[in-house]
Amino acid sequence: MRYEAPSSTKAAVTLLTKEKGKSAILAGGTDLLVRLKGGFVEPDLIVDIKRIPAMREIKKTASGFQVGAAVSGNELGASVVKKAWPGVVEAANLIGSKQVQGRCTMVGNLCNASPAADSVPALVAAGAHAVIVGPKKKRTVPVEKIATGPGRTSLAKGEIVESLLLPKRPARAGDAYLRFIPRSEMDIAVVSAGVSLVLDAKGVVKEARVALGAVAPTVLLVAPAAKAIIGSKLDDAALDKLAAACSAACSPIDDKRGTIEFRTKVAGVLAKRAAKIAYQRAGGK
Amino acid sequence: MAYDTNFTGQKFKVVGTRPLRPDGLDKVTGRARYGADVSAPGQLVGRVLRSPHAHAKIVKIDTSKAEKLPGVKAVITSADLPDLTNGDAGMYDILVNCMARGKALYDGHAVAAVAAVDAATARKALKLINVEYKVLPHVTDVDEAVKPGAPVLHSKMFTDGVEPKPTKASNVAKRTEFGHGDVEQGFKEADVIVERSFKTEQTHQGYIEPHACLANLGSDGQGEMWVCTQGHFVYRNTCATLLGLDAAKLRVTASEIGGGFGGKTHVWAEPLALALSRKANRPVKLVMTRDEVFKASGPTSSTSIDVKIGATKDGRITAATATLRYQGGPFLGMWAELGAMTSYACYDLKNVKTVGYEVVVNRPKVAAYRAPSAPMAAFAVESVVDELAHKIGMDAVAFRIKNAAKEGTKSSYGPTYGPIGIGPTLEAAKNHPHMKAPLKKNQGRGMACGFWFNFGGQTSTSLNVTPDGSVNVSVGTIDVGGSRASMALIAAEELGVPYENVRCVVADTSSLGHNDMSDGSRVTFSSGMNTVIAARNAKKVLIQRAAKMWDIPEDAVTWEDGHAKPAGANAGNFPPLSLKEIAAAAANTGGPIAGHNEFVADGAGVSFATHICDVELDPETGATKIIRYTVIQDAGKAIHPSYVEGQYQGGAAQGIGWALNEEYVYGKDGRLQNAGYLDYRIPVCSDLPMIDTVILEIPNPNHPYGVRGVGETSIVPPLAAIANAVSNAAGVRMTHIPMSPPRILKALDDQAKAKAKAA
Repeated sequence: MRYEAPSSTKAAVTLLTKEKGKSAILAGGTDLLVRLKGGFVEPDLIVDIKRIPAMREIKKTASGFQVGAAVSGNELGASVVKKAWPGVVEAANLIGSKQVQGRCTMVGNLCNASPAADSVPALVAAGAHAVIVGPKKKRTVPVEKIATGPGRTSLAKGEIVESLLLPKRPARAGDAYLRFIPRSEMDIAVVSAGVSLVLDAKGVVKEARVALGAVAPTVLLVAPAAKAIIGSKLDDAALDKLAAACSAACSPIDDKRGTIEFRTKVAGVLAKRAAKIAYQRAGGK
Repeated sequence: MAYDTNFTGQKFKVVGTRPLRPDGLDKVTGRARYGADVSAPGQLVGRVLRSPHAHAKIVKIDTSKAEKLPGVKAVITSADLPDLTNGDAGMYDILVNCMARGKALYDGHAVAAVAAVDAATARKALKLINVEYKVLPHVTDVDEAVKPGAPVLHSKMFTDGVEPKPTKASNVAKRTEFGHGDVEQGFKEADVIVERSFKTEQTHQGYIEPHACLANLGSDGQGEMWVCTQGHFVYRNTCATLLGLDAAKLRVTASEIGGGFGGKTHVWAEPLALALSRKANRPVKLVMTRDEVFKASGPTSSTSIDVKIGATKDGRITAATATLRYQGGPFLGMWAELGAMTSYACYDLKNVKTVGYEVVVNRPKVAAYRAPSAPMAAFAVESVVDELAHKIGMDAVAFRIKNAAKEGTKSSYGPTYGPIGIGPTLEAAKNHPHMKAPLKKNQGRGMACGFWFNFGGQTSTSLNVTPDGSVNVSVGTIDVGGSRASMALIAAEELGVPYENVRCVVADTSSLGHNDMSDGSRVTFSSGMNTVIAARNAKKVLIQRAAKMWDIPEDAVTWEDGHAKPAGANAGNFPPLSLKEIAAAAANTGGPIAGHNEFVADGAGVSFATHICDVELDPETGATKIIRYTVIQDAGKAIHPSYVEGQYQGGAAQGIGWALNEEYVYGKDGRLQNAGYLDYRIPVCSDLPMIDTVILEIPNPNHPYGVRGVGETSIVPPLAAIANAVSNAAGVRMTHIPMSPPRILKALDDQAKAKAKAA
């Protein structure tokens, strides 16, 4: 097993492209090291991206924010992103423990491709994009296009997610993320929901995006759920329609963490609660 | 030497105080040495190959490729552990559990092991061992295992305790029965009868430190082992039997222990480490991974229990029965029997009958877990007791007080009680502010009682006075709950010296006579009593030496406040001699000063507790939060109250995890799905409220200080207390532990559907 710590994205891409065996990208390592220790993966090459300056930065741009792939949960939590996207940052800060927060990254969470990843429903609801650098070109895709199934991504050989783009927030916007775990912390989402809203001057929902986690092979963007609340002031009838649309979108499994019945029902409950928080954050009353 | 162990009501100077723990600095600085912290020159890494199948015939094992791998120094299979158990069926089961013989009985059952120069080589070697399996049908559920047509684990298992003995093999290893009176008649006298069935899932003790040892065994049959254990003498005896060694030639030293709770009372991979060491002629360190600990150590039983209790309208129980099915993994256990014995131990019953069935399944061999088997039985019984109280419109505490056992009650499992604490803990609960505190919306309160036998057992202790007058106590019982501090307090009390002048150590197996393990809440009771006797014996020697120094008769000397004094004016006018002065003169008065004792500690006092719990429920998600918890328990006498409180809180914390989220989840393939702390959900700190404790002291008449064991009883009431609280909050009776959010939400939905249908 070879360990490399290149200082540029280009060098990292070259290493990954040239490797004939199995390769793995190491950011915080909070998933990779666990899997290595458990004997689940045996890569021939590990590329550590923490020495690449561009990947360690959070940049405020004309169109929003750019968050580097090796930015840790703690760094994100202390950054300017939190005020604009509290739901996204809270979601990322739910991953693991305090110690894990010092290492874990949103891009790692995204590329690990778990349907239960905490930051991903919030990123999907936020309309975030991933900047992908490959051997031939650079491309930008919506984050919901990264995972294709549990543990599988759409990234081609040699491709690496360099950063995430979060759009600039208009006035009267808010987002929120909630997950269900049986404990109070240190757990994996049994089901989760991210909601992002923009209101008009009267407090009516103008734009909405609703995403669900752990209810399908990948995180779901649920358009009918958004539709259920657009044009409303989040009255009970609209919230009930939102919950019903979320439950209808679920195709979960029974496993050690929860049942089909439970996930389907609680997806709607969490979406309602997250929508209420987002609405309040957007200044809705 | 003659001694009196009866309670005398002695007044204490240091017993009952709360000095700093002697192992504190080591543990907070990381200096404490646990199982994996010791290494030997030339040591090898031991690793175990385990069955991926729940039930499979082992057709062939080919180790030749692994043996040829450079760096591999030994490979063993069951052929390297010949059967030396000489007809001891329990010992044979331990042997089979250490290494499968012809058949793998559960996911994780050991089939081979290697010792190699490093971990990577050992891992590689495991992959080179070729095992040919013939997969057999399996069964992991306790109810499924007793159904006709279930896969039978052992073709020669014919249920014991049934007349006539069955001729058809089954998974029911044994039937036991307890009780007295006529339950049929008793139910006829009842105005109200409640009958329900319950289920509890399998849980693990969840100790943080995995099993670990360093084994060093030579071809001359002499060896040493450093190991994390609750009973190094028992490990020594078992390993010596399984490997054909003289027990005296295997010296076992116990490490510090990162939790055991019963799970470290059995040997698991230790005999394999010794066998590897003997074959490789090198020391072998073997540390189980967390995955292995879950799959192949000894969790507690999953159970299925039916309870029926009848009472008159004025609140007197007329009859009570219970049928208890406990699985012991693939081997005969005594788990249902303990459940059957403890079920109704809290109550004074005229008519009672309990029947236990020991069931075998394709899961790991069950080991003790803190008051083994009692929490599940208490869950079932105390749930029905609560429901019955509700039905006759009586307060749940008052109903229990009315039916509580007392001094002179013939217990449901046989013996007649002496002075006991069930009544006082219930009275204390009734009067506790927690019982009267208001509840908010979606909150519920529950309470429940619990019982545990406690144990005494074989114990050997030595106390040595050093030349500088400080004192060493050597015990053979592992310190799992602060016993070194308690022993030092007891020695200080008896000798009249400061606590700080006493150091208690856990001695190795070559330094003391046999000691039973640290189980049955026995250590402070038995090693404590032994320390009292050893100190009194040392005191006799100190008096003899003072008499010699003064040249007066021994009976003219008394011991007071750490000093020898002339017994009266007639004895002579000598200034008192301190222990330090007598110790300094020892070389000229007869040599080292010591006190010893070896005995079977009889008369462990039974223990009772009552717990109160408030829970808040989120009816939309089934999530629960324990918001207040109070433990009231009889300690007999709390030697070091902080440790007693720690035991009360620890038992409650483990019970909370068990009640709400912890469970072994098996897939249809018979494989364990959640062998790790991520998905085996032990509570984290923020899940728990501050657990309040009330220590009652009803002296055990059979201990000089009145001590009763306190370690186990605290885990008996929580499942029931929390189930009663959740049931009260939800308005629906919860009958399946753990009460995980999906189970609670389903119960709420089912109830809503039933209500809608009725309307």
